[in-house]
Amino acid sequence: MTRVPVIELENVSRIYPGGVTALRSVSMRIEAGELLAVVGPSGSGKSTMLQMMGTLDRPSSGVVRLLGHDVAELDDRQLSAVRANWIGFVFQQFFLTAHHTAAENVATGLLYGGVSPAQRKERAVAALRRVGLGHRVDHRPAELSGGERQRVAIARALVGRPAIVLADEPTGALDSRSGSGVVELLRELNAEGTTIAVITHDTTLAASLPRQVAILDGAVQRDTAAEPGEVGP
Amino acid sequence: MSVSAPAPGRAMPAPLPKPARLNPWDLVRAGVSGVVGRPVRAVLSALGIAIGVAAMVAVLGISAASQAQIAGQLEQLGTNLLRVTAGKTFFGDQSKLPENADEMVRRIGPVRQASATGAVPDTTVRRSNKVDPRETGGISVNAARLNLLELLGAKVRSGTWLNEATARYPSVVLGSLAAERLGITAPGQQVYLGNQWFTVAGILDEVPLAPEIDRSALVGWQVAKEQLGFDGHPTTVYERSSDESVEVVRDVLAQTVNPQSPNEVEVSRPSDALAAQLAAKSTFTGLFLGLGAVALLVGGVGVANTMVVSVLERRSEIGLRRALGAGRGQIRKQFRTEAVLLSGAGGVAGVLLGLGISAAYAVSSGWPVVVPITAIGAGVGASVLIGTLAGWFPAGRAARMSPTAALTGG
Ligand SMILES: Nc1ncnc2c1ncn2[C@@H]1O[C@H](COP(=O)(O)OP(=O)(O)OP(=O)(O)O)[C@@H](O)[C@H]1O
Ligand SMILES: [Mg+2]
Repeated sequence: MTRVPVIELENVSRIYPGGVTALRSVSMRIEAGELLAVVGPSGSGKSTMLQMMGTLDRPSSGVVRLLGHDVAELDDRQLSAVRANWIGFVFQQFFLTAHHTAAENVATGLLYGGVSPAQRKERAVAALRRVGLGHRVDHRPAELSGGERQRVAIARALVGRPAIVLADEPTGALDSRSGSGVVELLRELNAEGTTIAVITHDTTLAASLPRQVAILDGAVQRDTAAEPGEVGP
Repeated sequence: MSVSAPAPGRAMPAPLPKPARLNPWDLVRAGVSGVVGRPVRAVLSALGIAIGVAAMVAVLGISAASQAQIAGQLEQLGTNLLRVTAGKTFFGDQSKLPENADEMVRRIGPVRQASATGAVPDTTVRRSNKVDPRETGGISVNAARLNLLELLGAKVRSGTWLNEATARYPSVVLGSLAAERLGITAPGQQVYLGNQWFTVAGILDEVPLAPEIDRSALVGWQVAKEQLGFDGHPTTVYERSSDESVEVVRDVLAQTVNPQSPNEVEVSRPSDALAAQLAAKSTFTGLFLGLGAVALLVGGVGVANTMVVSVLERRSEIGLRRALGAGRGQIRKQFRTEAVLLSGAGGVAGVLLGLGISAAYAVSSGWPVVVPITAIGAGVGASVLIGTLAGWFPAGRAARMSPTAALTGG
């Protein structure tokens, strides 16, 4: 291995106040260029894991590394910069701003990365074109279909050229047709080099991706990357 | 889209990205976006601030306009008029000025002009002979020198002033208040003065420098002496000098008109009353300023309340922004900016409203319109300050919110 993994979890546990253990000593790594599914039933700890990977939350124990940096050693400003530059999020509920156009929503993805307003606009339009919404640049979320909204959210996650895109149930709020369109888009983006982790409880969707990590009760039950015997460095 | 390349080499961490600062313009845009996202609420919460600022600006604007009006009046009327009254003797009797007191005053070097009135004793003016003669209505009957009008800068509202001819006949010119009290509206009407009918020759406008004239019925010197038992001694002398010599003249006036007992004479400068008005702030101004301040405070509480609710409602927006890379400080700044914008917009609206009100009031009162610069500055400044204070706590709360709670709670 000559490259640092994009994300590395080492014995990561998360115990919520109140005593719920959402993650139990999870270890895994995601290399650049991967497209993987984190799959498991409801309540198994998938979203908790994504929050650990995305530095939105800190582990109760264990180490989370992003491109080699131990998250525990970074302060809020540095973590925010890491999120702004290295991580793109896609959520089930899209989280678009209703009174902003598609382009403005996408440009917000660059707001905290120190990109100039003109650049933001230009890159937002380019990202929208990439997800097939070049003709919807000035539309507001209410004027878009669910699938289109999720594409806008994907464009917002991509626009900062992150090291990894973390998508939590990106098809959860979509009908099957729009859902498979979104999966197709993620596949294409991965083919162009974007590292993507998709969280889903849809086993069919998960099975269609190159790597699956199955979670049950906060522990990794199965990781297809580990199966061929190529374990760790 | 390509992946930002991680550093090559054996487990070499990629260099950390540099935290970027939000430029102020982006901060304002994020703030504006938050405000316009809920326009009705924004308007309502800014309204309190607007009302408070409007009240303060309007009051200060109106008081500035009234001051400007008085200052203008002073300018126009001049401050070089002195008034000499006979006063009382040491024993409390009405003392007398010499018959030619105004003549003597005129001979003082810097004096340009002098005139006089003389109170006609025991004489009243009435609407008709059926009215009780003891009912004066506060109107005094005075003999007037013919140059009085010019000296005081008084204007005849209707009819004419006394002249050589009418001064010998039962003609009377009424001060504005006297005419009003007698119910006389036009010259030519008759009033019962002493115990005979006098014809009203004219009615005067208000005389700001000599309000006693407003309450007077003025008759000719001669007719007063011949038919009303007037002794011919002036009771009040008015004089005007050059502006610079007012004090000099003042010092010698008493001595001039009453060399025997100058201390009985009272000398006053009528413009002093106006000047005092100019210096005085009306109690209403204070009252309304206080009310405005209270409204402003209540408005501030409204803005704070709006911000608190807004932070609670916008948990998912906060979470999203944190996910997109906003630091706590940037979230805090955004909400503080929003509070300042909200309150500041109220302040600006209030300034405009207040200016409108004060201008309308000034115009309807016939005053000059004055733009109270300091009040505008204070209004906007106060609203910004209030916004800052109102946003402090909610913004801190937004900044402390955990991104995960914000993303999953909404
Ligand atoms: N903030 C929290 N406080 C306490 N418990 C939590 C919190 N968030 C999640 N949990 C608990 O942790 C466990 C894992 O939750 P998580 O959201 O990670 O599951 P998930 O796999 O994403 O489920 P789903 O498919 O329904 O989204 C659940 O039992 C959940 O109730
Ligand atoms: Mg989940």
